[in-house]
Amino acid sequence: MTKVTMVVNGKTVSAETEGRTLLSAYLREGLGLTGTHVGCDTSQCGACVVHVDGKPVKSCSVFAQDVAGSQVRTIEGMANADGSLGVVQQAFQDHHGLQCGFCTPGMVMSSAALLAENPKPTESEVRHYLEGNICRCTGYHNIVKAVLAASGQDVASVPAE
Amino acid sequence: MYDFEFVKPSTIAEATKALTAEGAQALSGGQTLVPTMKQRLAAPGVLVCLTGIAETKGVCKGDGGLHVGAATPHAVVAREAASHYPALAALAGGIGDPAVRNRGTLGGSIANNDPAACYPSAVLGSGATVVTNKRKIAADDYFQGMFTTALEEGEFITEVAFPIPEKAAYVKFNQPASRFALTAVFVAKYADGVRVAVTGASNDGVFRWSEAEEALSKDFSAAALAGLSVDHSDFISDLHGTPAYRGNLVKVLTARAVAAA
Ligand SMILES: Cc1cc2nc3c(=O)[nH]c(=O)nc-3n(C[C@H](O)[C@H](O)[C@H](O)COP(=O)(O)OP(=O)(O)OC[C@H]3O[C@@H](n4cnc5c(N)ncnc54)[C@H](O)[C@@H]3O)c2cc1C
Ligand code: FES
Ligand code: FES
Repeated sequence: MTKVTMVVNGKTVSAETEGRTLLSAYLREGLGLTGTHVGCDTSQCGACVVHVDGKPVKSCSVFAQDVAGSQVRTIEGMANADGSLGVVQQAFQDHHGLQCGFCTPGMVMSSAALLAENPKPTESEVRHYLEGNICRCTGYHNIVKAVLAASGQDVASVPAE
Repeated sequence: MYDFEFVKPSTIAEATKALTAEGAQALSGGQTLVPTMKQRLAAPGVLVCLTGIAETKGVCKGDGGLHVGAATPHAVVAREAASHYPALAALAGGIGDPAVRNRGTLGGSIANNDPAACYPSAVLGSGATVVTNKRKIAADDYFQGMFTTALEEGEFITEVAFPIPEKAAYVKFNQPASRFALTAVFVAKYADGVRVAVTGASNDGVFRWSEAEEALSKDFSAAALAGLSVDHSDFISDLHGTPAYRGNLVKVLTARAVAAA
């Protein structure tokens, strides 16, 4: 076992790992941060997306030892300091951007990464950026609407389902 | 997935040594290898991570064209190659999705040589040079059929040098579920002729369509392709397309790439 230390949601943390310990397992089993979901476990669905050094990655396809020392942000780090929902999370709630919620942590992390790169995306830019995040419930319209709303754009005219 | 020892060298020399260990295998972005290991189709005893070596990362212009470090993620190539070689940057920016592009690398892609991968067509279509820890390999000698390359035991890619064309374009017909190419074509026009590389079509992996190269070298226009057809006798046949369908796509996409270049 090798002890791996990283900064997760602003706190320095460590846990024991094997070579094969994935970042998703390190977060969920090592640190008890079960907000990061594992859907497909084959790099296809995006449920496990977290930020490593500011960039979205699929934590089910990254070894924990590979990202030792990195800055990691997970869904648990998206709320405001007072515990209220962060702007992207709140927009998902307001616009019914989730149903079962399984894909939501990955959707929120990818959306936050998009907005950091491109603060006022168009609808098609949102759809394109979220290509790697699969949702089995919502049909995507309300997710796209939530991301546009989180960017401060008027979404009254965007069709909902 | 079976357990293994993880090592992350910081120089080419250290990595070369690490890869001589029994059962050692290279790891770059892991976007292909990690799922493969989960299925136990690969079970290395030592995984040598190649993304901690500074000299194999980044994009820079130099002798022989644009040098792209093997460990450079697709997202960085999309950004940093844009002003030097826009067609290459656009290809990198169209691979998979943003999370895949932040991890997947040029070296991993062409080492794997998936018959539907994007990068092999840019490397072959540019007549690029694949540089390894041991030697330099011309693109024409490097690709040796699907999932097969000239790389030998213990050899790993450090960079690829792309001669910069006068014009080029990559046109990909997406397979929307996998986001790989159903079929795609890379066309590049150099002072001494045109190169056309096709991916996602042949059972033999990426290949050059030489009849189109000849025609386009004389007349670089979509019209020059009019009388041509590609031999599709050994093309991929799957749920998404028959060999004849892919054969037609090759011609259509080549014409589109010429128009877009
Ligand atoms: C959802 C999804 C969508 C994708 N879409 C596309 C797409 O549209 N187009 C496309 O082209 N690809 C696509 N890919 C594949 C992606 O580009 C991978 O990143 C790439 O194929 C492998 O690169 P890697 O750096 O992740 O390599 P790894 O997975 O780390 O390694 C792949 C193989 O190469 C070997 N290797 C790695 N680095 C080296 C090196 N420097 N020298 C020698 N051998 C090495 C490894 O041992 C392994 O056998 C997709 C992947 C996913 C998960
Ligand atoms: S669980 Fe990681 S991509 Fe699906
Ligand atoms: S809300 Fe159920 S998978 Fe997206």
